[in-house]
Amino acid sequence: MAGNIRLEVVTPEKAVVDEDVQIVVAPGSLGEFGVLIGHTPFLTTLKMGTLRYKDASDRERFVFLSGGFAEALPDKVTVLAESAERRSDIDIERARSALERAQKRLAQKQDDVDYARARAALERAMHRLRALEANK
Amino acid sequence: MATLKDVKTKINAVKKTKQITKAMNMVAASRLRGAQGRMEAFRPYARKFADVLGSLSEKAGEEASPLLMPRDEVKKVHMILCTSDRGLCGGFNSNLNQKAKAFVADQKDRNVDVSFTAFGKKGRDWCRKNRITIADEYLGVVGGKVEFNVASNAGLKLIHAFLNEEYDEVYVLYSEFQGIARQIPMIEQLLPIPPIEAEDGAPADENEPYLAEHITEPSADELLDEMLPRNVYVQIFSALLETSTSEHAARMTAMNNATKACDDMIENLTMIYNKARQAAITGELMDIVGGAEALKG
Repeated sequence: MAGNIRLEVVTPEKAVVDEDVQIVVAPGSLGEFGVLIGHTPFLTTLKMGTLRYKDASDRERFVFLSGGFAEALPDKVTVLAESAERRSDIDIERARSALERAQKRLAQKQDDVDYARARAALERAMHRLRALEANK
Repeated sequence: MATLKDVKTKINAVKKTKQITKAMNMVAASRLRGAQGRMEAFRPYARKFADVLGSLSEKAGEEASPLLMPRDEVKKVHMILCTSDRGLCGGFNSNLNQKAKAFVADQKDRNVDVSFTAFGKKGRDWCRKNRITIADEYLGVVGGKVEFNVASNAGLKLIHAFLNEEYDEVYVLYSEFQGIARQIPMIEQLLPIPPIEAEDGAPADENEPYLAEHITEPSADELLDEMLPRNVYVQIFSALLETSTSEHAARMTAMNNATKACDDMIENLTMIYNKARQAAITGELMDIVGGAEALKG
């Protein structure tokens, strides 16, 4: 291995991750992609999902992203996300109840705006839970 | 001439007021720190965003997205007015409302319809009083913990309205935080998105080859389509952060002044109190001396 690459995950509210990592795997909108040091400059949008990375001490970590975009440079990956949470920060109870609420709301037919909103909420909750359940 | 007791009551009342203004000053100071921290935290995101968007749009040009295209005829404009929910912050809200008033008058002269989205109660009340159409109102946002999804929901709504030609131009009026004692009302155009420049700091020619060797996925145009609406959200979010920070700073200054004014008043009243007390003592002495003289006969 040639060395570590810098990973920065920032949201409008705070910087979530800022550390040297071995590999980053991110949910690009056209498919998941992995980045190692020395990557060609690359810019892409991200879809909602889980970002994985292996930190300097070989531990695999997970971050939930609600979409955004990422820029990879040879020595650095920057992820700009609307919201991002490390797995340890995800509130299981909240995600579960959000999931239930969204499912209930989808069950009763409503106008388009509410429908779209409930769909988005459902998706967010599912991805949060998936990030939690990913093998540890 | 006020009696001793009246003056004493008045002094106590002013002291109570001073306690309140002082407490509000300290609350505002700690909120200000929080708000400034949030602005600080937003900065890396905003900077990176501006960099990437600047270089993307340089490549794309005006035709790339309907969000960039100025309309030939402007008939309906929309304004997002950011004010605070609560008063007691000096001229903060009235400065903003004055600016809004000038803007409305300007548009009326050009025969343009104006409508508003109000963030904050003070601005909403002002719109109501002046019978200006309010499309939307959001209370309890400015001054608290501003969340990004509030900005993005509002932004999404405006973008839809803009694309449906309900509005031809969208502006935001907010208070820029320039320092504890300086908050300036500012108007910025949101839609159509004005030509974007990469954040200054780096010279232009250094920015230029920024994306030249980037692979983009999907294509640069599609990427731009994704990013332009986000730019609107980012702008609204930053306006809300600036206004919140300004509000706390304005309140802190106003309350500081009020506390000082209380001190002055207490000093004056104490002076009056002492004078009255002395006058009363002198009066009593005169009575005693007069009485003694009379007894001597």
